[in-house]
This record gives sequence, C-alpha cells and structure tokens, in this order.
Amino acid sequence: MTNAPRANNPVKPASIVQAEAANWLERTERADWDAVAKADLDVWLAQSPAHMIAFLRVRDVWQRAERLHALAPSAPEKVTTHGLRAKPMLLALAAGIGALAVLGVVGARYVAAPQVRTYSTDVGGRELVAFDDGTQIELNTNTVLRTRMTTQSRTVWLDKGEVYFRVHHDPAHPFTVITDGHRITDVGTKFVVRRDPGRLEVALLEGRVRFGTADAKSNAGSDLLTAGDQAIATANSVSVQKIPLTALKNELSWRRDMLVFDHTTLAEAAREINRYNRRKLVIADPTVGRLTIGGTFAKNDIGALTSAAREMFDLRVKEHGDEIVISR
Amino acid sequence: MADTHDTNPEGAELRRNGTVMAQSDVNDWFVREVLPLETMLMQFLRRGWRNSADLKDLCQDVYVRVYEAAQKEMPVPAKAFVFATARNLLIDRVRKEKLVPIEAMADLDALGIALDEPGPDRSVIARQELRRLQTALDQLPPRQREAVLMRKIEGLSRPEIAARMGIAEPTVSVHLAAGMATLADFFHSEKIETGGKP
Repeated sequence: MTNAPRANNPVKPASIVQAEAANWLERTERADWDAVAKADLDVWLAQSPAHMIAFLRVRDVWQRAERLHALAPSAPEKVTTHGLRAKPMLLALAAGIGALAVLGVVGARYVAAPQVRTYSTDVGGRELVAFDDGTQIELNTNTVLRTRMTTQSRTVWLDKGEVYFRVHHDPAHPFTVITDGHRITDVGTKFVVRRDPGRLEVALLEGRVRFGTADAKSNAGSDLLTAGDQAIATANSVSVQKIPLTALKNELSWRRDMLVFDHTTLAEAAREINRYNRRKLVIADPTVGRLTIGGTFAKNDIGALTSAAREMFDLRVKEHGDEIVISR
Repeated sequence: MADTHDTNPEGAELRRNGTVMAQSDVNDWFVREVLPLETMLMQFLRRGWRNSADLKDLCQDVYVRVYEAAQKEMPVPAKAFVFATARNLLIDRVRKEKLVPIEAMADLDALGIALDEPGPDRSVIARQELRRLQTALDQLPPRQREAVLMRKIEGLSRPEIAARMGIAEPTVSVHLAAGMATLADFFHSEKIETGGKP
C-alpha cells in the first residue's frame, strides 16, 4: 500500500488550483465557449493531475447542484438583489455609505467618458468589483473608494478601509492608487492596501509596485516594492519589510470571510474582529490583552472568538448593550 | 453529466507499466469513489496536522498521489487506499519538517476503526446530498449565492443575471466561478455533516 516515488514537481497551492479550475468551468458555460477555448482547457488539464482533480471536483458539485432545480418553486423569492448600484459620486454621497452591502458594478470600460464612481462597503461587508480590462478589486469591511477610468489612465482613490487589487497590467493605461498622501503605481500585480487612521499599509503578493508620495512629479524618492514586501507608512515614517507569504495570506483571509490568528494578542484580535462587527469586543484588562491566541474564525462570529478566549484562559465575559467585555 | 466527454480529453490513454487505463475511467472512478471521502479525509488530516492552513494543500497532495496510482491500477477498496496514502503523506511531512508528531501518531492509530465502518446506503446518501447542497448554498456570500441561484435554479444566462443584479457580465462570471469553488468546499465540509443530521 506504499506509494511509488513520484516526480518532485511542485504543485501550486490547492486554493489557487481550485480557483483556476472554477474559472475554467465557468468559461465552459459562457456563450463564447468554442473549440479554441476547449483546447486551452485541455492543455491546462494535462499540466498536472492536481488540475484535473480540481476540475473534476468543482464540476462534480456544480453538476450535483442541478438537483437544486427541484426546489425551484420556493427558491426564486429568495433571489433578491439587495445590493445598491454603483452610481455617480454625488448620488452615492447623498445616499450615504451606511446602507446595506455594497454597490454592484457598471463595467467601467476605460474608453468610456471619464466618470468618477464611488464604491463602498458597510461594516462587515465585502464586495468584488470586476472591470472589463480584467482588473478586479475587492473591498473589505467599512471601505470607501472612488475610481476614474479614462483613455489614458486608471486611478483609484482609497478614502478609507482596505482593498485587494488584482490589476491587469497595461503599460498604456497605468493603474494608480492614491491614498493618504501616497501614490501606489502598479507594475502588474496583486496587492493589498489598508488605510487606517494614521497608518497606511501596502503589501504585495505578486509583481511590483512603486510606492511614493502622492504629489511627487517623478518616481524619484519612491520605493519599488516586490512580492512579499510590506510597506507601512505613518505620518512621519515609511518602513518596508519582507513578510512570509503565509502571513500575507492570513491577512487576506477576509476575502474568504475568515480571520486567521496565529500567536495574535487578544488586543489585536479584538481590534481586527471589531472592524467587521457593530457589536464590539472590549478587553478590559491590559494583561488579558497580551494573552495570545490562534485559530480561524468567521469574521462575523464574535461569539466564537469570545468563547475560545474564555475557555482557554478562564476569563469572564459580560455583555453591555453592543459591547462584550472580557476581563479576568 | 452529459458533457463529461466534452471537457475531458476523451480517448486520452495513459500507458504505464504495460497497462492501459482510459483517463475517463480514472476520472469517473475518482469522482465516484474518492471525492465522497473528502469530509472524512479532511477530518483525518485535521487531527493529524497541527496547522489548519495546510489542510487543503495536504488534501490536494493525497488526491494527486491517489490519482497517479489509479492511472496504473485502480486501488480496491478505494477507501483503505486513500487513508493509507494520507497516512503516508503525513509521515513523510513529519519527517521532512522534523516535527514531533504527537497528534499525528496518536490519531493515525484510530484509523482502523473508521475503515471498518460500513458506508451509508445509497438512498440515505441521496437524501443527505440534497441537504448538503442546500446548506452549502446557504453559506455562500450573498452576491455569489444570488448569482448561483439565478444560474442553477432559474437557469438564467449570464447577460440575464447581469441585468438582474445590475452588474457587468465579467462580474457575474467572477461571482459564478467563486460560487463554484466555494460550493465545492462547503459541500464537502464537516459542519454540514454534523449539523445537518436529523
């Protein structure tokens, strides 16, 4: 029952293979699916058994989901579009940003007339915006950003919150993020930008970006960040360090609606989960705040984090209105 | 299932050790015999491996090993082979990473028990499956869920979904692809199994 030694070809992380498999499967259902595309799929499938397996697995469940059709009579009423639409800035501002969920998207083709669009998420929200050029941006909780796509350039202003960017590189149309006095210019990449009061963080998963001040006329004085770099800017300093890819991925677990803690202090964990919830976790005692925990939690499940902390450290938990107070 | 051959490189045959195994046979076998074990396999890996962030990759490695073995000869019974493979993989990893495998070893011994249990019969599986699907669907993030419901229950096309949701077609595609991927995970996740039993 032993396995034969096998070729030591490194396989991509399962989550990436799975996402690729799902993208392929999705393409097979599109109206423009043709023999050329199928040939491309066959090439991808032949590259690794992991590809074939992931494709079979995703397709298996997707096909099983045909059975849900049996539930059709009761189901359509569940189908409600509760998201707001993207709208020109003034309207969006008038509507306020507190409203439920977020804005859908109008495919912002950058040949269209330059128009500033605002996208936002409420506390606990998360929304994906895909553009026709292949660029995708994903807004985390409590985030506001504006976009302006013209024939010359693509610009995003991050007013607050956190955004994951997957930019389709196009030298003819540079992609720039402007936030908190800084300018991030994409050189073809995946990166995340988080703006908290007094602190700006840029971390790179892939590719390269230039990171400098917003008013600079040239790249002089800007930092070139590469994969694994994390830049943190405060009012009077900028630091750049390499962080492990796993740590970066943990930071991005919000994209799966999860929070991953690894030797994280309770104070920090509380700060993180509070970003996603109206009810807030309050650590009443600094010595409690320094205890460390690990684990994966649903971002909206304050209760799970609270009870994990309580059980591990034998703490007391009291609720006062919208506050959950943890103490010895 | 009708399009199985549409997206499989049909007729592709793998010649290993003198035997010929049609790829579509291996694929069918894998879907039928191996994938249904995923919930149990993930439980097993979780007990044997401390870092939950690695579990999906470990599962992928087990699958690849099992798939490659099946290309030469289909293992019978599948279940015993899958778990033996998982066990070997964990041992390899433990050695490679020079970890002290307390949990891994303790729980690997409990493996025999799981293997002796007979699986549920087919009618129970069918009932469970619909419930798993429903629960999996309910757990999708709202926008993905909307897109998946419109596609799978109402049978709408992408342009129709785009119009209904007020979003661009590329965004519909992104939601659907993400929905496909997450649905597969939720369908196989343990929460459904333990939470959904009558």
